[in-house]
Amino acid sequence: MDPKIEAKQLNFYYGKQHAVKNVTLNIREHQITALIGPSGCGKSTFLRALNRMNDIIPGARVEGEVLLDKQNIYEHSVDVVELRKRVGMVFQHPNPFPKSIFENVAFGPKMLGQSRTTKLDEVVEKSLRAAALWDEVKDNLNKSGLALSGGQQQRLCIARVLAVKPEVILMDEPCSALDPVSTLRIEELMQELTKNYTIVIVTHNMLQAARVSQWTGFFLLGEMIEYGKTVDVFSRPRDKRTEDYITGRFG
Amino acid sequence: MHAKATHKLAIVLIWGSGFITVLILFLIIGYVLARGLPEIGWDFLFTAPKGGLSGEGGISTTIVATVYLIALTLAILVVPGVGAAIYLSEYAKDNWLTRIIRYGVETLAGVPSIVFGLFGFVLFVTALHFRFSLLSGALTLVCLLLPTLIRTSEEALKAVPRGHREAALALGSTKWQAIWHVVLPAALPGIITGFILCIGRIVGETACLYVTMGGSSAMPTSLFSGGRTLSLHLFYLSMETNAFEKAMATGAVLIIIVLIVNTITNWISYRFQARMRGGA
Repeated sequence: MDPKIEAKQLNFYYGKQHAVKNVTLNIREHQITALIGPSGCGKSTFLRALNRMNDIIPGARVEGEVLLDKQNIYEHSVDVVELRKRVGMVFQHPNPFPKSIFENVAFGPKMLGQSRTTKLDEVVEKSLRAAALWDEVKDNLNKSGLALSGGQQQRLCIARVLAVKPEVILMDEPCSALDPVSTLRIEELMQELTKNYTIVIVTHNMLQAARVSQWTGFFLLGEMIEYGKTVDVFSRPRDKRTEDYITGRFG
Repeated sequence: MHAKATHKLAIVLIWGSGFITVLILFLIIGYVLARGLPEIGWDFLFTAPKGGLSGEGGISTTIVATVYLIALTLAILVVPGVGAAIYLSEYAKDNWLTRIIRYGVETLAGVPSIVFGLFGFVLFVTALHFRFSLLSGALTLVCLLLPTLIRTSEEALKAVPRGHREAALALGSTKWQAIWHVVLPAALPGIITGFILCIGRIVGETACLYVTMGGSSAMPTSLFSGGRTLSLHLFYLSMETNAFEKAMATGAVLIIIVLIVNTITNWISYRFQARMRGGA
């Protein structure tokens, strides 16, 4: 099967700082790929390069290619807005808009021009169900999204992404601000979502990577040191540095 | 022992300063209200000033002129003020041009209002033939208040967390959609606070209106009517009549208006904070 996303010799610079160095990586459809590594290793930058979220940072520059279904997303003809509809993102800190739960989920469809109330009701319910939040909020859809707990907020953010019907969901340390119970719920949710979506997750937590992902890439100082099936990376790392990191010798 | 003495001295100084501030505040407000309030009645509020040395009549036309002036000024102010703030906060790159714009805005905010009045007199009253009118006054106030509004609105926009913008963009919205549907609503209470500060300035301004609106106490009937705001009327009453009690009453009305405006401001910012916490 062809990979969903192929990064080819991707380099990324913030001004003079070389944040991602020559990374080549294939991301398989309907699977979870985890990117691990110590802080500042370039894994988040790499993730944000996959839907061009880095474009909004002044002084950022990219070299190389990222192919989404064989098409380079950095080509001039590519519409960034269209790209981000296909490749959604969940951020490290839950960031619901200061609007109602309903409005948060309906935001994406509304921006795409959906205005029929019945259709919106349907999309909101479906997305909240898919994000395993519906039962907790169905009676309070007009309550502010900010009134929810941290874990619920993050599931709301996931529901908000699902409402746009993306193909790929990028998750940038989605559980780092959550307690263990909420973390577990998000991890279960991710497993559910792989039926319909391709997921790339950046995580600090090696156990999380081992629990949820089928593929793992290990980043260090901007380079990708090792990439392979998660079981292999964690049980038989090929590189000494990967072994040192996953056994907790540094990082 | 030395540290304890310093501590005591500091406490005395801080309490003393606080006491003096509150005392001055209550003296002024209390005095004006005590002298002015007994004069205020339906007659005073709803009859036109008749002029003359004794300052006969009420303040009806000046209230109307004040309201018109506020509405007209804010209506002209909203698009360039908020527009410039959006440009500076969301679009402008940090380069020499935008630094000059920001510096200019800050400098303008510190220029005394009579300088704006002179400029308004030359440009609007004379060169553009708007005469002494509500329109000349409002346009002059727009020039005076634009820097303040741009700055407060820009602060409000910048206070919106970057996460909101990123989230909106990551959901496939355009930059303008993100600004219009997420950033602007989130910043709205702060921007409204800026407008209310402007209302306070409009209500309090005299010098720059004296040279652009004239001071006719007749009821304004069009954009090109001259007019007299409450503050201007207070100025006339105290300088050109013997009606000291009427001046105090007008002052009391002004104080009450400012109190109401401030209460609304506090209420809005309270609501805003509650909403950001998820309370409302």
